[in-house]
Amino acid sequence: MNDKSEMIVMRNVWKQFGSLQALRGVNLTVRQGTVLVIIGPSGSGKSTLLRCINRLEIPTHGEVWVDGQLVVADERKLTPLRAEIGMVFQHFNLYPHLSVMQNVTLAQQIVRKRSRQEAERIALEQLERVGIGEKAYNYPRQLSGGQQQRVAIARALAMNPKIMLFDEPTSALDPEMIKEVLDVMLMLAREGTTMVVVTHEMNFARAAADEVIFMDEGQIVEQGTPEQIFTSPQHERTRQFLSQIMV
Amino acid sequence: MAYEDSYAGIRPIVPVAPRTVRILERVNRFPWWAVAVVLIALITARTIYLSETYLEAFQFIVAGLSVTMMTTLTAFMIALVIGLITGMGRISHNILGHNIATLYVELIRGIPMLVLIFFIALVGVPTAVQLLNSFGHWLLALGLDGIAQPLILLENKGVPMNVRAIIALAVTYGAFLAEVFRAGIQSIDRGQMEAARSQGMTYWQAMRYIILPQAIRNVLPALGNDFISMLKDSSLVSVLAVRDITQVARLYAGQTFRYPEAYVTLSVIYLSMTMLLSMLVKVLERRYRTHER
Repeated sequence: MNDKSEMIVMRNVWKQFGSLQALRGVNLTVRQGTVLVIIGPSGSGKSTLLRCINRLEIPTHGEVWVDGQLVVADERKLTPLRAEIGMVFQHFNLYPHLSVMQNVTLAQQIVRKRSRQEAERIALEQLERVGIGEKAYNYPRQLSGGQQQRVAIARALAMNPKIMLFDEPTSALDPEMIKEVLDVMLMLAREGTTMVVVTHEMNFARAAADEVIFMDEGQIVEQGTPEQIFTSPQHERTRQFLSQIMV
Repeated sequence: MAYEDSYAGIRPIVPVAPRTVRILERVNRFPWWAVAVVLIALITARTIYLSETYLEAFQFIVAGLSVTMMTTLTAFMIALVIGLITGMGRISHNILGHNIATLYVELIRGIPMLVLIFFIALVGVPTAVQLLNSFGHWLLALGLDGIAQPLILLENKGVPMNVRAIIALAVTYGAFLAEVFRAGIQSIDRGQMEAARSQGMTYWQAMRYIILPQAIRNVLPALGNDFISMLKDSSLVSVLAVRDITQVARLYAGQTFRYPEAYVTLSVIYLSMTMLLSMLVKVLERRYRTHER
């Protein structure tokens, strides 16, 4: 754990939902500044794995370390740790009763204890970074799906997290809006953000990932560079999956 | 564009119902009941104005209006607080909080309101006073005279019936409102709590800034309707001899034997208040619905 470059370490993580074993002994290391993309069929445990990192899902067994700290149940330790982990959801989960600006400033003020002025300055900075500065005083419902998701990314970035988690960020979007979100994510990847991305966008995986993980039935089946996974997959199950989605 | 163009010039064929059918439909849909209500109100107002006995009954009964209003308003405010806390308890993962809240709601829901009012006013309040007394003695033993004295001096006799009535209504409605708040909180998508928690907010911060503002807005119409129900149910406190409009009307009827005057007037007073309030609730509901979009 002394190696500073290890941002996320998962050791033998299991997760059980009732009679379903969603994760079956996952081991994983994500180094600082790298982008990990997790692919796999639906129900393979990708999202569950991601949600175990910030304990939105509580592992039944095993350890998760983030930035050298064990992710524990104790609220007083968990809450500050979560602030260091930005998360982007499939359904955006913006706060509908708050304006875009308030969406991005709220947690900065009450969790990071920033002044309103400072929070708003950072919010505008981040909104402009994702190309949506002019919508700061609109409400989420007035934006398109792609714009909402970019606000959600800005909301997470405004907390200056050490890690960004993306849980199928383009799966709920209309096809013509996927690109604008992926472009932002690609930009973040190029800037050296530590990212873990669950996605079905294989082109994004090729372009942005340092490492790709293929999961099936709660286990990591294969792990390697995008080159290795996409051009010369070792396992039959990986080949089968890739042939089905790469038409 | 081409899609729209291809239809240019083609007049859509709208099926038109025969005139008589259209008129019939309008007649059927017209809110005749509202006309009836307005008529009743007008006739009653005229009767009260013209008939000396009705006027006398009205003046006698209206004296209880402030008690009815004060009782309802105060009890509702307290019930809102009880309801919000209990509602959050119902969905809480804290075993103690969850079970206490559920026990309270189930107990209240299983007992008729009239019985509850007797029970709380005549058994609950005296018991609470006794408990506070012994708590005061315990504090005195600890040497906390300042807080202990008022608790020890509290007497059951000293709690007026009006206050008992308010406590009874508040405790009863607290359980109803708890269910309203619980449903409101549960109607908010789980992703909202997850987003807030993922940003490092505590459970209570997420509740306060994210969940409750949305939940409360959603349940405002339901709360309005419960307020109307409480206004009507406040008539039950007349059994405690609290001089609300119902009790005053009973007194008037008892003294004069003018039953129609007493109870027609009483009914119309309730009706005008509840109709006015339910109109307000409808306006409120419509305003929030248009704000949604």
